[in-house]
Amino acid sequence: MATPTLVKGSRSTRSTIALKLLMAVTGLVFIGYVLLHMYGNLKVFAGQEAFDEYAHHLRTFGEPMLPYEGLLWVLRVVLLLSVIGHAYAAFALWARASKARTQKYVVKKAVAATLSSKMMRWGGVALLLFVVFHLLHLTTHTINVNGDPESPYERVVSSFQPEQWWVAVVYLLAMIALAMHLRHGVWSASQTLGLTNTAKSRARANFAGVFLAVVIAGGFALVPLSILTGIVD
Amino acid sequence: MKITLNIWRQANASSKGAMQKYDLDDVSEDMSFLEMLDLLNENLNEKGEDPVAFDSDCREGICGTCSLMINGEAHGPEVTTTCQLHMRSFKDGDTITVEPWRAEPFPVLKDLIVDRSAFDRIIQSGGYISVNTGSAPEANNLPVEKAKADRAFDVATCIGCGACVAACPNGSASLFLGAKITHLGELPQGQPERESRVVDMVAQHDHEGFGGCTNIGECTAACPKGIPLDVISQLNKDLRTAMLHGR
Amino acid sequence: MTDTNVTSDAAGFFTLGEPIADTKAPADVPVPQRWEERKAHAKLVNPANRRKIKVIIVGTGLAGAAAGATLGEAGYQVESFCYQDSPRRAHSIAAQGGINAAKNYRNDGDSTYRLFYDTVKGGDFRSRESNSYRLAEVSASIIDQCVAQGVPFAREYGGLLDNRSFGGVQVSRTFYARGQTGQQLLIGAYQALERQVAAGTVTTHTRHEMLELIVVDNVAKGIIVRDMVTGEIETHLGDAVVLATGGYGNVYFLSTNAMGSNVTAAWRAHRKGAYMGNPCYTQIHPTCIPVSGENQSKLTLMSESLRNDGRIWVPKKKEDCAKDPRDIPEEDRDYYLERIYPAFGNLVPRDIASRQAKYMCDEGRGVGPEVDGVRRGVYLDFADIIERVGRDTVEAKYGNLFDMYAQITAENPYEVPMRVYPAVHYVMGGLWVDYDLESNVKGLFVAGEANFSDQGANRLGASALMQGLADGYFVLPYTIANYLADSHERIDESHPAVIEAKKDVEERINHFLTVNGTRSVDSYHKELGHIMWEYCGMERTKEGLTKAIGLIRELKADFWKNVKVLGSAESLNQSLERAGRVADFFELGELMCIDALNRRESCGGHFRAESATPDGEAARIDEEFAYVAAWEWAGEDGHMPVLHQESLAYEAIEMKARSYK
Ligand SMILES: Cc1cc2nc3c(=O)[nH]c(=O)nc-3n(C[C@H](O)[C@H](O)[C@H](O)COP(=O)(O)OP(=O)(O)OC[C@H]3O[C@@H](n4cnc5c(N)ncnc54)[C@H](O)[C@@H]3O)c2cc1C
Ligand code: HEM
Ligand code: HEM
Ligand code: SF4
Ligand code: F3S
Ligand code: FES
Repeated sequence: MATPTLVKGSRSTRSTIALKLLMAVTGLVFIGYVLLHMYGNLKVFAGQEAFDEYAHHLRTFGEPMLPYEGLLWVLRVVLLLSVIGHAYAAFALWARASKARTQKYVVKKAVAATLSSKMMRWGGVALLLFVVFHLLHLTTHTINVNGDPESPYERVVSSFQPEQWWVAVVYLLAMIALAMHLRHGVWSASQTLGLTNTAKSRARANFAGVFLAVVIAGGFALVPLSILTGIVD
Repeated sequence: MKITLNIWRQANASSKGAMQKYDLDDVSEDMSFLEMLDLLNENLNEKGEDPVAFDSDCREGICGTCSLMINGEAHGPEVTTTCQLHMRSFKDGDTITVEPWRAEPFPVLKDLIVDRSAFDRIIQSGGYISVNTGSAPEANNLPVEKAKADRAFDVATCIGCGACVAACPNGSASLFLGAKITHLGELPQGQPERESRVVDMVAQHDHEGFGGCTNIGECTAACPKGIPLDVISQLNKDLRTAMLHGR
Repeated sequence: MTDTNVTSDAAGFFTLGEPIADTKAPADVPVPQRWEERKAHAKLVNPANRRKIKVIIVGTGLAGAAAGATLGEAGYQVESFCYQDSPRRAHSIAAQGGINAAKNYRNDGDSTYRLFYDTVKGGDFRSRESNSYRLAEVSASIIDQCVAQGVPFAREYGGLLDNRSFGGVQVSRTFYARGQTGQQLLIGAYQALERQVAAGTVTTHTRHEMLELIVVDNVAKGIIVRDMVTGEIETHLGDAVVLATGGYGNVYFLSTNAMGSNVTAAWRAHRKGAYMGNPCYTQIHPTCIPVSGENQSKLTLMSESLRNDGRIWVPKKKEDCAKDPRDIPEEDRDYYLERIYPAFGNLVPRDIASRQAKYMCDEGRGVGPEVDGVRRGVYLDFADIIERVGRDTVEAKYGNLFDMYAQITAENPYEVPMRVYPAVHYVMGGLWVDYDLESNVKGLFVAGEANFSDQGANRLGASALMQGLADGYFVLPYTIANYLADSHERIDESHPAVIEAKKDVEERINHFLTVNGTRSVDSYHKELGHIMWEYCGMERTKEGLTKAIGLIRELKADFWKNVKVLGSAESLNQSLERAGRVADFFELGELMCIDALNRRESCGGHFRAESATPDGEAARIDEEFAYVAAWEWAGEDGHMPVLHQESLAYEAIEMKARSYK
């Protein structure tokens, strides 16, 4: 409700835009991470040895300067903090938006909004749930779909066999959510960071959104798809 | 043509409102949307029913007073103001839903009229260049690059109607805010206060209860003056710069 | 009463009072030095005292917002009022074409003197030299001020300010911001005003309508307003009252003014003793979008700047009027302005262009749809210029106007010539003020279109914005200080004058809500508008005006008995707001007709058919009418208004017949 007072002593860091900047920066961290992760996953196509070697290498990277799994832990901390920041900002803005319009329209058309932009919040929640599932599945192995092979390669390949088709389906659905989140997220982050103040740069940011969405989600999806269809076994 | 109207009626700010149906014959294509409502009001008056309250003043698309949500679109189906919308945009037999702008910082005063004084307070918080009357230097001592002057003009054409807020799923006034930030920030005169302006105006925007922008773009599609999304990018950039400078 | 009025056409409708004079212009120095002289001797207010002084300003257009901001900066307590929901929406926002200033950036021989000369000549020698000169003198500072505020005027590639030319003059001195100059200037003034709100010097009261002026012993003490949302009747008292409430063109119902534009504030002041100056001087703008039907609520202006490039014509033969204009061959077209006025052509002043359009349509050569059996429209054709410079160039210059036209008419002006017709646009008349902009009621100042002072019988294009800002930024702040420097007794809300004013307002509102008649307010307003347009419009005659006065009186009597206003006084009630405005328009309309009837000469926007040269041009009668008609209210029906004459002397410019041939 509007209060007819003027704010005194305002700070940039306490604004909604600061929250948005936090989302954009953490979002970019995610993009960087998923790009690398996707690249790693594609090593499935180079065979078991390459994949397992890569998984091992991840853990021993920087040794002896870093302890075993050192890099991974740095990465995990950064990712965890990012998720917390990203989700906090997302929910804070979500709450704010619902407070900004308590009385809904009887009829409301969306003229320009893309489906992706409208799905950001629920899509984000879906991604969060997926990540939890994914960690329980492939990192902590709490969820075992097919025994618990030692080799990461085997774990992946056995998970996506047609017999457990539902696992692949969960992953593929998550990739759709990811694609949509990235399609709007990349454009949105550019806008939030103030990189799009001409029509041309806006078109570029939009293109980058579509491009990264297709490349990343597509890249990830190749793995379960090719296992499911028996291209990789 | 014949039109059926579904209109939000609400007696005052504190009462609960509801949609109500009215039938209207003899609507001509050349009428503006508001002239059609004038006609409805003449009929209601005749029948002894309270006419529908709606805002308008210039009726030529420049004052920003008119403000109707028509069939779920701010200012209706054309890119223009409600007062410049004509009945030829509708068909004989159409049902048209008319609602007020919906946003917590824009409380409904009566029927289709809302209170937009939050916009004035956003301007009060910093939407100006501090120059006292009489202390201005000779105008041509300060050349402004044509491209910049044109951009400043383009965004300065915002009429403060609030359609951006009405259309935004988040109830954000970022387009309005960005337009003013860009207008003043584009000009050399606007530089000294540039950082404090953006911080203060954004704080006031948030304080009024407008939502944060998530770059959905409904606002610019509804804006009768075609204020582009770059102003929001500019707004974000200016705030980021101010933040880096510790404001 | 003297017997001079016996010779007037309006004999029997008014009485003659004492002549008056503008006593504050320093008449002992030549015209160009008067403003310096006045400023040099005006009293000042000590900054420490300003905080204790309260100034009420009604209106937030260019005049009101500029005055509010400037007085706020100086440290006075300013209470600002407007009927819109934000000060930024005052009707100044709608001005399209531009603002004049004697900067001579084009090096085309412009100067303060030339702007002054053009204003006086354009006003057909019915304005005050002292005021017009001051206007020209401060015009350059206005541009400086606006640029410093961030007003995005059009610029050239070198980054310097651009100019264009406007009707009735031969230099290029009009500053503009595409077709939205008024908007940009007003937003500049509005922002300056809001800055003072934040600083705590100005308090704004939006959606508040002034309904009465409080006067004690001929000194203005405050106003009564209605909160248009809650219906509460509030009293605001102050040390001076400024009315900057704009023009009353809406007395014609259809005009280019905003729906809410009204005369109420000015008229209430008039009823409390303030003289009304030259009420019959109305400006009819030649290029507006024609009326299309009975339900139309407003007319839209197509900027005068279009006449720089568009050519005006009608068919030579009546049979061609219904044809597609593109099928009418060149030799069958009558470019009547170019034919009659070869020197100025399409750029003749507004009054002349308007009247000629009327004549063409009266002859039966108008175009467009028939409304009430007559085609009221002429073509404004851009085919030549589009062919010469290309569509893109035309679009860059006039794009927004063309779009607006297309939006309203559903015709494409790039392909089919525009149809335009004159419409009421501006009023030169208004409350009488002296050189200090103070009315004859002490402490009541009037600025902008609401006063009568600077434009004479006809205003040049782009001069109203100039006047509003000149009054608000540069004139009033000096002259009002001179008044405020003396101490003025304050009254409180228990004063009988306050109680009475409040009671009047309440009774009036109560009356409207209880008549419970059969006709809507708008239907009365429309009918009044028809009468005014027919008999007190572009061409006026003795018979017509006399008839109009009778018709208005009848209609007014019926209005008070038979109007139907629903709803309550304690809430937002738009019919009630309109009822009050229309009631005042009736009284104003009658006075306008009386003034027009008395002025048996043609000058500027006022054309009396009885006073024309053999070739149909306006003929002034300087020996008899070189005066300002300042009307005093004498009371309700049965009391005849009193005419005070302020004679006009020309020292700096020789009075000449105006010719644009
Ligand atoms: C369509 C159009 C185009 C124009 N183009 C030009 C142009 O290009 N160049 C030019 O020089 N001039 C132009 N003019 C004329 C010019 O715009 C006006 O004369 C000028 O802006 C008037 O300014 P103002 O400050 O006197 O009053 P306005 O801007 O009319 O403001 C009146 C103020 O008074 C308030 N008010 C009125 N009555 C009451 C009341 N009873 N109670 C409380 N508040 C009240 C209103 O709320 C408003 O704030 C144009 C006019 C129109 C209509
Ligand atoms: C924890 C669960 C998540 C939630 C609730 C969530 C929610 C959101 C929301 C609401 C936005 C703002 C939408 C907008 O600006 O339009 C957003 C933006 C973004 N998200 Fe997520 N998201 C989550 C996880 C992720 C993940 C896992 C990634 C990457 C793989 C990601 C990448 C991005 C990016 C790049 C942006 C753009 C930042 C910006 O708008 O400035 N998000 N997210
Ligand atoms: C088909 C798609 C995917 C496959 C096949 C896949 C596979 C894997 C595998 C095999 C691991 C374990 C690596 C190891 O422990 O060495 C892993 C870990 C992980 N994956 Fe995925 N992944 C996919 C998609 C995603 C997506 C879309 C995200 C994020 C949005 C994601 C986030 C993570 C995270 C955070 C870890 C844990 C890293 C750690 O801390 O050890 N994965 N993934
Ligand atoms: S940005 Fe556009 S929609 Fe928003 S207030 Fe300004 S003109 Fe209206
Ligand atoms: S629609 Fe709303 S989310 Fe932002 S881009 Fe426009 S303000
Ligand atoms: S009424 Fe002025 S913009 Fe619509």
